Amino acid sequence: MRTLVAGLLGTLFGVGLAVSGMTNPAKVLNFLDIAGVWDPTLALVMGGAFAVSAVGYAVSERSARAWLGDVFAIPTRRDLDASLLGGAALFGLGWGLVGLCPGPALANLARGGTEIWIFVVALLAGAGAYRFVIAGRASPLAERA
Amino acid sequence: METAFTPLAGLTGGIMIGLASALLLLANGRIAGISGILGRGFFDRAQAPGERPWRLAFLAGLPLGAWLSMLATGDAMGFAITPSPALLVAGGLLVGVGTQLGSGCTSGHGVCGMARGSRRSIVATATFMATAALTVFVARHVLGAA
Repeated sequence: MRTLVAGLLGTLFGVGLAVSGMTNPAKVLNFLDIAGVWDPTLALVMGGAFAVSAVGYAVSERSARAWLGDVFAIPTRRDLDASLLGGAALFGLGWGLVGLCPGPALANLARGGTEIWIFVVALLAGAGAYRFVIAGRASPLAERA
Repeated sequence: METAFTPLAGLTGGIMIGLASALLLLANGRIAGISGILGRGFFDRAQAPGERPWRLAFLAGLPLGAWLSMLATGDAMGFAITPSPALLVAGGLLVGVGTQLGSGCTSGHGVCGMARGSRRSIVATATFMATAALTVFVARHVLGAA
């Protein structure tokens, strides 16, 4: 049931990305291009998403468990560390080069095309390489070595 | 490519994204951060039972939703991307590594994290917005790319 719900909500998320135009990298880059042909649309996308998401969070705070019985898995860290800042900076650099963040990159697989596939494979390679390095460090075998 | 300011479409799509995030939290108790779902869903070998299926289902929904939307509206928003393989590979790698190292992207930090007032997410969002805008400024106005 949670898998079905997640699939439906991922689909709703994908519809939202396409409807808002965030699947068009040019629209995203034009938002970031404040000194050029500025297109403020992205601010309204994030504003709308933020407002509804904030209501959802407020409701969740008054609930003991999620509707399907799970506990809420919400990040609790509050510290600002180099990983957070460095990672966000690298992400921003890549986002500014092409105009795709992870959601729209995956949503655009519906469109296909060489450019999207190159980007998505590189994104998965980067994410996978990073997570395997971390997983390697954290594994018991690596600790013993 | 110049794009028109489309406030109504932006707000409508944003509300859908927010609704998906709010309902994933309320129904499943999970945060709709795409990079976290992607990184854990694909690469975390120690996932609790049942975690991988919902993650992969959510990710599969993204192109399905975009496809349904394009079917209904005929790609109203258009699409233009750099043809440069070097830029695409560099951008993909940076987004992949950066979102895992920084524990989130536009959805996890920018929408969900900010919506619950997370200090880490507010700082991360300000950081990636600033570096992305700086990158575009240098590419377009200093180096003169299209």
